[in-house]
Amino acid sequence: MKFSEQWLREWVNPALDSQQLMDQITMAGLEVDGFEPVAGKFTGIIVGEVLSVEAHPDADKLRVCQVSNGSTQVQVVCGAPNVRAGIKVPFAELGAVLPGDFKIKKAKLRGQPSVGMLCSGAELGLSEDHDGILELPADAPVGQSFADYLQLNDIAIDVDLTPNRADCLSIKGLAREVGVLNSLPLNTPAINPVAAVHNEVPDVRVEAPAGCPRYLGRILRNVDLTAQSPLWLQEKLRRSGTRSIDAAVDVTNYILLELGQPMHAFDRAEIDGGIVVRMAKPEEKLVLLDGQEVTLTEQTLVIADHSKPIAIAGVMGGEHSGVRPKTRDLVLESAYFDPITLAGKARHYGLHTDASHRFERGVDYNLARSAMERATELLISIVGGEAGDVVDVTSAEHLPKPVSIVLREKRLADVLGLAIANAKVEDILTRLGLAVEERLDNGWKVSAPSFRPDITIEEDLIEEVGRIYGYNNLPVTEPTGSLGLRPKAEDTRPLSAIRNYFVANGYQEAITYSFVDPKVQEQLDPQNEGIALANPISADLSVMRTTLWSGLLKTVVHNQNRQQPRIRLFESGLRFMKEGERILQQPMLAGVVTGNQNPENWVNGRRNADFFDVKGELESLFRLLGITVDFRAGKHPALHPGQTAELLRDGQPVGWLGTLHPQVQKNMELNGTVIMFELFLNPIVTGYVPNFKDVSKFPEVRRDLAIIIGSDVKFADVERVATHHAGEHLNALRAFDVYQGESLGKGEVESESEGNRSLALSLFWQHPQRTLTEDEVHGLFNGVIEALKAELGATLRS
Amino acid sequence: MENLKQLVQDGLAGVANADNLQALDHIRVEYLGKKGAITQQAKTLGKLSSDERPAAGQKINDAKGRVEQAINARRSDLERIAIETKLASEAIDVTLPGRGQELGGLHPVTRTLQRIEDFFASAGYSVEQGPEIEDDYHNFEALNIPGHHPARAMHDTFYFNPGTLLRTHTSPVQIRTMEAGKPPFRMICPGRVYRCDSDMTHTPMFHQVEGLLIEKNVSFADLKSTVEAFLRVFFERDLKVRFRPSYFPFTEPSAEVDIEWGREADGSIKWLEVMGCGMVHPKVFEHCGIDAEEYRGFAFGMGVERLAMLRYGVNDLRMFFENDLRFLRQFR
Repeated sequence: MKFSEQWLREWVNPALDSQQLMDQITMAGLEVDGFEPVAGKFTGIIVGEVLSVEAHPDADKLRVCQVSNGSTQVQVVCGAPNVRAGIKVPFAELGAVLPGDFKIKKAKLRGQPSVGMLCSGAELGLSEDHDGILELPADAPVGQSFADYLQLNDIAIDVDLTPNRADCLSIKGLAREVGVLNSLPLNTPAINPVAAVHNEVPDVRVEAPAGCPRYLGRILRNVDLTAQSPLWLQEKLRRSGTRSIDAAVDVTNYILLELGQPMHAFDRAEIDGGIVVRMAKPEEKLVLLDGQEVTLTEQTLVIADHSKPIAIAGVMGGEHSGVRPKTRDLVLESAYFDPITLAGKARHYGLHTDASHRFERGVDYNLARSAMERATELLISIVGGEAGDVVDVTSAEHLPKPVSIVLREKRLADVLGLAIANAKVEDILTRLGLAVEERLDNGWKVSAPSFRPDITIEEDLIEEVGRIYGYNNLPVTEPTGSLGLRPKAEDTRPLSAIRNYFVANGYQEAITYSFVDPKVQEQLDPQNEGIALANPISADLSVMRTTLWSGLLKTVVHNQNRQQPRIRLFESGLRFMKEGERILQQPMLAGVVTGNQNPENWVNGRRNADFFDVKGELESLFRLLGITVDFRAGKHPALHPGQTAELLRDGQPVGWLGTLHPQVQKNMELNGTVIMFELFLNPIVTGYVPNFKDVSKFPEVRRDLAIIIGSDVKFADVERVATHHAGEHLNALRAFDVYQGESLGKGEVESESEGNRSLALSLFWQHPQRTLTEDEVHGLFNGVIEALKAELGATLRS
Repeated sequence: MENLKQLVQDGLAGVANADNLQALDHIRVEYLGKKGAITQQAKTLGKLSSDERPAAGQKINDAKGRVEQAINARRSDLERIAIETKLASEAIDVTLPGRGQELGGLHPVTRTLQRIEDFFASAGYSVEQGPEIEDDYHNFEALNIPGHHPARAMHDTFYFNPGTLLRTHTSPVQIRTMEAGKPPFRMICPGRVYRCDSDMTHTPMFHQVEGLLIEKNVSFADLKSTVEAFLRVFFERDLKVRFRPSYFPFTEPSAEVDIEWGREADGSIKWLEVMGCGMVHPKVFEHCGIDAEEYRGFAFGMGVERLAMLRYGVNDLRMFFENDLRFLRQFR
């Protein structure tokens, strides 16, 4: 809410400068967002009077004016269309400085001397209005400083009010708060009932009393809406960020700003029969004041006449029944609408108005009458007319009920951490307008005023006492409590250990959005449809990721486009899967690698990372985690069909490792081969707690063999067969050479398939209690060889 | 015996001239070997009388000793030279860069989160996680933000359908943890949160850490010390902290926390908002089945990117999610 400091000070005027005042209300919870002067910076402007106006001899659009500053008379050439004899205007005398450091000097305009300038609102930083010079009221004292006359030594303060403080959405409410903080009374203007001078009253029927517990209407006859709002009123509105429209709208806006009561003025001639407050009927339509036609829903409270809706209650009036210059009779509305009934209605129609903002947060339900009287009085003073009686349709049972709240001394002290003296507590409550109904043994029975609908429970009172006492005056103490040890499973690694592992292996962590481009994801994970957002920020961030690759590969593209050819990235986070009606949110860890395996160096740094580099890194990770993971040749739509491994732990899938499919790589405009992996985190983080076994004192025996196998035979098969036949004392089996060449497999192997491979293995045996004999080892070794021949068609290399 | 002197002189000269270990060994054999010239001199002893023999023997032994000593000295010289030569040939340019894998790095948000988690873990807080696709109840309803509440409009929520959404804060994790356990609680909930907002100072996804402490006897004064201590350890500075009344539906009293961050032009303290906090609202306790008369609690929440920006001087929030390596590498 934006308000004029001066206006506030009319109500309450503490001995604080502007900055101190703003600091004070900020620290009371009404956060000042900023402030700005209400006019541009200028000097030398006074109230001038145009004495005479003559045509310029050499220019059609210019006039030659004689202007008085109260003591002398000078000639000013002016181009404004509205300049005429007798008006009073802001007059920049010789030597004046206008905003933008524009100095007024003697000039000649088309040959006519001009001493000074008549100013428009825009030229003085008051408005956007460039159309003509600013006309001042006839009683403006000629010669007075313009800044003094308009009291421009003022700032517009913007406070960012929290939703609970609807009571501060007015000058009155802000003044009340400033009064509390400074223990000052308010200069509340006297509001007197305006006596009826005729007996016409609007016919008001409230059919939805729960939504509208109180509706006040009054007829104002024979108004003249061509009369302009006075300058002081326009200025107050302007400084509060509200545009002047016409006197009727200006007055209702003024009441909204001053007292916090939104009001509305209807053209009585456009109301068919009378006013009905009801819920909208299905498919009812209404053209609003802003020109848009809306189709109303049955949940919408409307103001209607006997044939049609004429306003969305508490939000915006209809165009048809709005006031216009020719309007003769007004129907004024001042009502209390139920916040819950109105909640979200404005937003539903794409609206947010000053009225809806206040009604949704809760207007003082006892304010409607005084607002009506004040508005009537003000309107009559501007547009004339005759007031009738006020019709008041109130459904007491639907009005908010004042509640009594018990505030316990002990509770107050326990929550705030300080026992505040009882007298001080009572003083704070009373200043806030919270009536202490009864002093209890252990506290107070308090009731909240109608302007504080936010205060309903004991905690609300505790907050108020703490707030006014000052949070920063409360003590600072260390919390105490039980501090038991937390269990921590030794066999389970935290995610931080996994992250650190990748960092140590040259990976940079990335954090990408959880919502991704469906076109990208479609290529990487076509089997799974990403869960779509109903209101995405943009099409390329519209579905939830089903694989972390969607974000990581886009990151690779981003970096490749910025001269970063060597990229190693990992990310951890959830992926989101649809499983029937359920949504699975699975923690994943994914990585992508492209470019050189090591940073380019002076020996051999130009080798691209390949499948086995990354596989080795994952194998080390699994060792760190204490788990055994099998790599099985597999198929994945995002991956190269011949370079894809499905990862299994105890037969259960735990992830994928592979080379990005060249077609996807091309489609995504990625440079170079990308090796990537994605792991499910939950099934891999738990390994084992070490369990000691005796270290064998006896020598380990190594035997090497080289075999030739068909290209369709996997190392894993060889390992499985060899291990199976090597007996219980096999310690390890390693491949130390793999060779696939043209010369292999011709005549050496019975298999007819091309591309046979040579595989060199070493096997290590050790017995825990004795030295293995030569014969034993020989037997086992031969057994392995025979099994490889028999089961896999292997042949020994000579 | 006359030429013994000569033999020694010749032997010593030979030793001095030997310029490698093989040559030196050759000299040794020539003079001191079984058939060496000096060794042979011992054979002449038989021709001498028993009176002369001891003195002559002594002379031969002395001669042997002198040559032997010279050989040993020369050998260690030659060995030293050989090692030095070898070492000189093995010299490398130690200023060439090392080889191997480069170090990667954690994302600055993770780095910041880990610091925050460490601080609170050391004070006995557990670290809790929860779903990011949430239901309306846990994200709003249970936190005292019913459907009609104006605070809903401030949350700019991403929806999947009317009851399912992306969590707008990590507070629902607190609800879930309280539902599943029994007080007392000390927890922090770090994680990704989402708001339907994207401009210079907003990204549609960011990170929060929310903390919760529930004990039988805890007060706003305790909350103040916790928040102040955290901010001072986080920024490693004894900065001024102030608590400003504010409003959150799930806490009451509620406060926003400002820290001292430089000075304004007029010399006054420039305050910067960094966190929100407050005492847990009784409605929240009620939703979680905790007796608000028996237990009290405080909660606080902070934006991780904002803290990281202040800590490291990052001036554009959006950089955190562009994942430009030139940005990320600054934080390893």
